[in-house]
Amino acid sequence: MTQLALVIDLNVCVGCQACVTSCKEWNTSGEAGPMGDQNPYGADPTGTFFNRVQTFEVGEFPNTETVHFPKSCLHCEDPPCVPVCPTGASYKRKEDGIVLVDYDKCIGCKYCSWACPYGARELDEQQQVMKKCTLCVDRIYDMTMAEADRKPSCVKACPTSARLFGDVHDPESAVSIAIRESGGYALMPEWGTHPANHYLPRRKTRIKIHEDELERADNPLKVDRQLPKPAMSEPTLDDVTTW
Amino acid sequence: MQALTGMFARQFGTPNYAAHGGFCSVNMAAGMIYTIGGSFWEFGGPDLDRAKLFVMIGTAEDHHSNPLKIALSKFKRDGGRFISINPVRTGYSAIADEWVPIRPGTDGALLLAIIHEIIATGLYDREFLVQYSNAGQLINVDEANDEFGFFVRTEVPTEEACYEPQDKLWWDRSTDRAVVTHSPGADPFLLGEFKLPDGTPVKPAFQLLQERVKEYTPEWAAQITGIPAETIRRVAHEMGVTARDQKIELPIAWTDSWGREHDTVTGNPVAFHAMRGLAAHSNGFQTIRAMSILMSLLGTIDRPGGFRHKAPFPRPIPPCARTPNDPRAVQPNRPLDGMALGWPSDPDDLFVNDDGSPVRIDKAFSWEYPLSVHGLMHNAITNAWRGDPYRIDTLLIFMANMAWNSTMNAVEVRKMLNDKAEDGEYKIPFLVVCDAFHSEMTAFADLILPDTTYLERHDVMSMLDRPISEFDGPVDSVRVPVVPVSGDCKPFQEVLIELGTRLKLPAFVTKEGERKFRDYPDFVVNWESEPGSGIGFLAGWRGKGGEKSLRGEPNPNQWEMYKKNNCVFHYELPKSYQYMRNWNKGYLEWSQRNRITRYAEPILIHIYSEVLQRFRAAAQGKGFSRRPPEALKKRVETYFDPLPFYYDPLEAQVTDKHQYPLAAVTQRPMAMYHSWDSQNAWLRQIHTHNYLYVNAQTAQRQGIDDGDWIWVESQWGKVKCMARHSEAVEPGTVWTWNAIGKAAGAWNLTPDANESQKGFLLNHLISEELPSGAARISNSDPITGQAAWYDVRVKIYKVGAGETAITSPQFETMKPYPGMKARSSILAYLGIKAK
Amino acid sequence: MHPAFSVIFLTTLIGAAQGLFLALFTAQSYAAFKLLPQPDAHAFYGQGSLLALVLLVAGLAASFFHLGHPERAWRAAAKWRTSWLSREVIVLPAFMGVVFLYGLAHWLDWHPVLMTLPGGLPVDPSAILGVAGTVLAFALFVCTAMIYACLKFLAEWHSPLTVINYILLGGASGFTLAAAFAAATAPELVGFLAGWAAIITLLGLLSRGASLIRNARLKPKSTLQTAIGIKHPKIVQKTQGFMGGSFNTREFFHGRPVAVLRGVKWFFILGVFLVPLPLLLAGMQGGVALLAGAFAMQYLGLLAERWYFFAQANHPQNLYYQSIA
Ligand SMILES: Nc1nc2c(c(=O)[nH]1)N[C@H]1C(S)=C(S)[C@@H](COP(=O)(O)OP(=O)(O)OC[C@H]3O[C@@H](n4cnc5c(=O)[nH]c(N)nc54)[C@H](O)[C@@H]3O)O[C@H]1N2
Ligand SMILES: Nc1nc2c(c(=O)[nH]1)N[C@H]1C(S)=C(S)[C@@H](COP(=O)(O)OP(=O)(O)OC[C@H]3O[C@@H](n4cnc5c(=O)[nH]c(N)nc54)[C@H](O)[C@@H]3O)O[C@H]1N2
Ligand code: SF4
Ligand code: SF4
Ligand code: SF4
Ligand code: SF4
Ligand code: SF4
Ligand SMILES: [Mo]
Repeated sequence: MTQLALVIDLNVCVGCQACVTSCKEWNTSGEAGPMGDQNPYGADPTGTFFNRVQTFEVGEFPNTETVHFPKSCLHCEDPPCVPVCPTGASYKRKEDGIVLVDYDKCIGCKYCSWACPYGARELDEQQQVMKKCTLCVDRIYDMTMAEADRKPSCVKACPTSARLFGDVHDPESAVSIAIRESGGYALMPEWGTHPANHYLPRRKTRIKIHEDELERADNPLKVDRQLPKPAMSEPTLDDVTTW
Repeated sequence: MQALTGMFARQFGTPNYAAHGGFCSVNMAAGMIYTIGGSFWEFGGPDLDRAKLFVMIGTAEDHHSNPLKIALSKFKRDGGRFISINPVRTGYSAIADEWVPIRPGTDGALLLAIIHEIIATGLYDREFLVQYSNAGQLINVDEANDEFGFFVRTEVPTEEACYEPQDKLWWDRSTDRAVVTHSPGADPFLLGEFKLPDGTPVKPAFQLLQERVKEYTPEWAAQITGIPAETIRRVAHEMGVTARDQKIELPIAWTDSWGREHDTVTGNPVAFHAMRGLAAHSNGFQTIRAMSILMSLLGTIDRPGGFRHKAPFPRPIPPCARTPNDPRAVQPNRPLDGMALGWPSDPDDLFVNDDGSPVRIDKAFSWEYPLSVHGLMHNAITNAWRGDPYRIDTLLIFMANMAWNSTMNAVEVRKMLNDKAEDGEYKIPFLVVCDAFHSEMTAFADLILPDTTYLERHDVMSMLDRPISEFDGPVDSVRVPVVPVSGDCKPFQEVLIELGTRLKLPAFVTKEGERKFRDYPDFVVNWESEPGSGIGFLAGWRGKGGEKSLRGEPNPNQWEMYKKNNCVFHYELPKSYQYMRNWNKGYLEWSQRNRITRYAEPILIHIYSEVLQRFRAAAQGKGFSRRPPEALKKRVETYFDPLPFYYDPLEAQVTDKHQYPLAAVTQRPMAMYHSWDSQNAWLRQIHTHNYLYVNAQTAQRQGIDDGDWIWVESQWGKVKCMARHSEAVEPGTVWTWNAIGKAAGAWNLTPDANESQKGFLLNHLISEELPSGAARISNSDPITGQAAWYDVRVKIYKVGAGETAITSPQFETMKPYPGMKARSSILAYLGIKAK
Repeated sequence: MHPAFSVIFLTTLIGAAQGLFLALFTAQSYAAFKLLPQPDAHAFYGQGSLLALVLLVAGLAASFFHLGHPERAWRAAAKWRTSWLSREVIVLPAFMGVVFLYGLAHWLDWHPVLMTLPGGLPVDPSAILGVAGTVLAFALFVCTAMIYACLKFLAEWHSPLTVINYILLGGASGFTLAAAFAAATAPELVGFLAGWAAIITLLGLLSRGASLIRNARLKPKSTLQTAIGIKHPKIVQKTQGFMGGSFNTREFFHGRPVAVLRGVKWFFILGVFLVPLPLLLAGMQGGVALLAGAFAMQYLGLLAERWYFFAQANHPQNLYYQSIA
């Protein structure tokens, strides 16, 4: 069974928000209708987005890590948002594990959003239906697109390629390998939702310099007579003893 | 655009033309180009493909931001080590393996201490310095001598068209005497003191550098920068050991300028990148010189894994273009006799009157800022308003929001734009603004020229402009309109061509005074730098049938050919021309043949800058005919030090640091482009207003809670804004996002939009001038005139009880223009995806 | 959570209606066993059912305000296998139908004996409808409560106490209403109804008090550490990624200062329990005003209680929406 998902590499995400806007650009211009904005040019503008990039500070100065943290629907393998939906508008696809909302069935009761611990769903104020990341289901299977384009919009836009896309059930997929080898983890494991999306942690590269590596035999200072030889006339053992 | 606007100004005959580089990052350009013949910015960059250690200094976003992000993540994935030196940890710095928080304006101290440590431990690339820099060249150190501080020279046969003859000396180790540099078999001492046969005491430049940095110990720098000495030492060792022990050797044969053949290209994989965090300080030029020298000590110039040039760089030091040096170059109804901007190499290149006073309104290329190679736009309005050095009639501003975010002291400058003289005439009588949007600037215009956006017009990214080249060769590109022109606007390019034609400026009309170019696309194709030169705005598909590159006759189908090729022309150099280009015979001759450069001599790195020494000598009353005016002598003598040194930024020198204990800086938010992205309904949801980020402990000491309204006050003004606690900022620094705050009503936002009610502009706290004795002088680097945005010092305190929760200062709400529609309160695109 | 008035009215109105119905049928059962005098069935059970129906319709109407697409509400019955909301959507109209028929049976004085229970107790349609209604009323309490109690992330709700509270508070308000109603239409039942109302209110106080105590002691299972998967004691959000608010900042926060929360809590403790109790006891002797006052107070208190029920629930998604910058 296939489970498509995003794997987000916090080790390289710089928080540029390109995924946020490209997601909205793709999804707002799709058949499913616009993702509305209220007060777009006035006070407190607000609108529907499927993907948000947040920033956290971890630790205290000077040992601070600034973490940019993109978050969209995690396409849980055990999605608590699905069974609670009274209409069946929220569903998880058997064939690829994508969790979707059928906007034509949704009554806008918001119950599914209460059942998502991740805050991944947003009710569209204009259309009054629940929305969330679709994993760009209308791109990834669109055979009229070149294969390289059959990826989620956010993945395509990410300049640091912090967003990987693939089948987390296929052990040989790039995403599975990344999860396995780079310590991929799921959010809020305590709820047993088994998010399909994973996050890769920060990883540090350090350099170890052994003390004896600092000065080498070919140190250029020697060439320039900077590690000086004592003058011939300076006293030596020869001056005080014989053997 | 700069190439076209500059050309128009020159044809018009004004000396008063400047581009945004002066308030942007000219310190970076000048500091590096005067040292290594190329620079970060569009002119070169770090080779992150091959680097093992990457040191990023004072960069939040930068000009080539997406390419940089791509390279950075690839670098990290390949296991490279990334160190970021920055008072703030955001964006790129967030993903650094190590964050080195530094006090703003003190990088010079850090870099000099690292140089100290590199030299003290012998971790420099001696071979590289000997062959490719002036480190081994002998300098006259006889203080009594007129030639003190200059390289000693000898007679050598010089070829024609020689820019910097190789007539300097080394002290050869094996023969223990002075020899002409690069003499076959010679190997110079880099350290020591010698006497020429005529008794002149001389020292190699490197010896002087070692002496210079002797006192600059890590312990000394720790006091200034706030970085522990052991960190400085460790970082220096990481740089030195990585450069030395992880050498890259590529099987690429090449020939150096002295005719020696090399089987391989080697590289020391330590790459640097720096931008405005270094540049936007008044000690930035010398700091950037120090960085360039550190990069050179590590042997990383135009080598794999280090710094790489982008065509048309490297260029001779300094590049050959000169401004006129005589006020008589400015004549009515005649083109300016020379380029409006250029690269002075000695005091005789300054554009000053006979009494040493500036010719230009912004005082660029004067003794105040001799190497102001990009001009000083940020002083044009204040100077014109004051009539110092003279009053002007017309100010034409294109694509710069100088009533807001690209001006210092915005409150006062806005008054100056409207101020009247006693005679009732406006001090700046006629203000023409070419803008594409409803910016704060347009509110002051007598005449607005509504421009198109880049989607509606032809554009060229030309080699004559900011190049967009890659490490492996020259690149240029074009834009073609993708949507029809909307509204009553006209591309500024067309406006300039039309103006030039109607004014009968020589470049735009035939000898008979007839129109030469139909429009801008026609101009781009057919204009040549001089008749038959084969050099035009675009380098690709030249020649009658598009068969030539770089040089060739105009090609009537050039636009078509660009379009067919994705609008980009990329000329890939042969591998053997891709590295070591300062001294790569093949490359230099290729570049000379293609008229990218006039001279093909090797471009030796200026560890010791004789150019600076020439100005210093003039200030000391030696050598050259031109001398600085009395009031500026000390200034020129101090700052034109031929070796890098550290000094407190000029503003700090005139500030009581106890009263204003904090440094205030800005950064680019990745999601916003300067002032104009607030028009974008999606982006403005991400940055609707800005906060002042304050280190949590610093804030708590002032009783300032997260989210509190505070006053931020400098010597020059104060703003009211909200504070945000942060652990990712050095305790002596406060910062905010650049240009998020807006004037009420601007950009067609509603007057109650958060941008103007809660957002604020730090520029209100920054002065465009500093007191200088009785006079005033630009708040800029004393060498280059770079605007010192990041020098301002502030104090912060909570607002008083009852003070309103709204930013201050506030300005009269900007009115919509006739025809501007009110914005809807709902935005929902009804696009249908093309199938 | 953001307390939505549609849901507050829905749950309190139908809760009172369910309680009222239960009170009516309890009285009828007691009367059948001759434990209580037989009231004027036509008026008391018939009009009482009408009153319950009115409350149910009002609650249902309120609930439509909660929907983005009320015209599609019928679709909500689809997923009864998995969704408590769907179940509620089925049970509520069923209950309304039974209440209607029950009332109708009494209103039309339609009491044919359908069968006789051992002991000679005659069973008429109203008795069968009454039993069915009772089952449905309890089912509806369970469905409504389980909508909240089944959400395991909302620890304040995820407890059997939620179901017990819905039953007891709905029951208390329904019995109080029944007592007040009886004071006007069937004075002989007042003592019985008011007595039970007082007992259920007291039980409600115990169970709601227990849930208050439980909730005050809850330790959130999710933390910023688990939310973003980073192990460090000090993590602070600097920006949630947008500044002007979104669905996630509006739906899951009450947006009121802590003091308001505390005020509402004490108001509902007084309003639902402490004030009605003496009124009910005093009203046992009859006294429409006292009992009507008790109901009015208790209902107002319940509005506050329900507001607090939502406001106090702390959704783990809020960990992601704490700061703008
Ligand atoms: N405090 C502080 N101030 C700073 C800086 C800082 O770091 N801190 N940075 C400085 C730097 S480096 C720079 S480069 C400046 C930038 O400052 P500006 O050059 O003023 O930059 P923008 O805000 O982009 O303004 C450009 C103007 O061009 C207009 N425009 C946009 N597109 C077009 C077009 O196609 N045609 C025309 N004609 N107009 C157009 C916009 O409407 C806007 O009015 O700010 C400087 N100011
Ligand atoms: N998204 C976006 N991209 C842009 C622009 C934009 O407006 N938006 N503008 C473009 C333009 S015109 C320019 S000039 C470039 C500028 O790009 P950058 O050069 O990256 O400039 P800033 O954003 O000003 O960031 C300067 C950095 O220097 C740090 N800094 C300040 N003082 C010091 C110091 O003394 N020492 C050190 N080590 N660091 C210091 C600040 O904390 C900040 O991180 O960006 C370009 N790219
Ligand atoms: S993240 Fe939330 S919305 Fe997405 S599948 Fe999981 S529970 Fe459902
Ligand atoms: S809001 Fe729509 S998708 Fe969510 S539970 Fe209700 S009907 Fe289902
Ligand atoms: S996968 Fe598609 S819908 Fe989901 S966040 Fe990315 S762009 Fe948005
Ligand atoms: S586009 Fe990539 S780097 Fe940028 S915020 Fe999104 S995930 Fe991070
Ligand atoms: S703003 Fe445009 S040109 Fe600049 S980095 Fe982003 S995509 Fe590239
Ligand atoms: Mo800039």
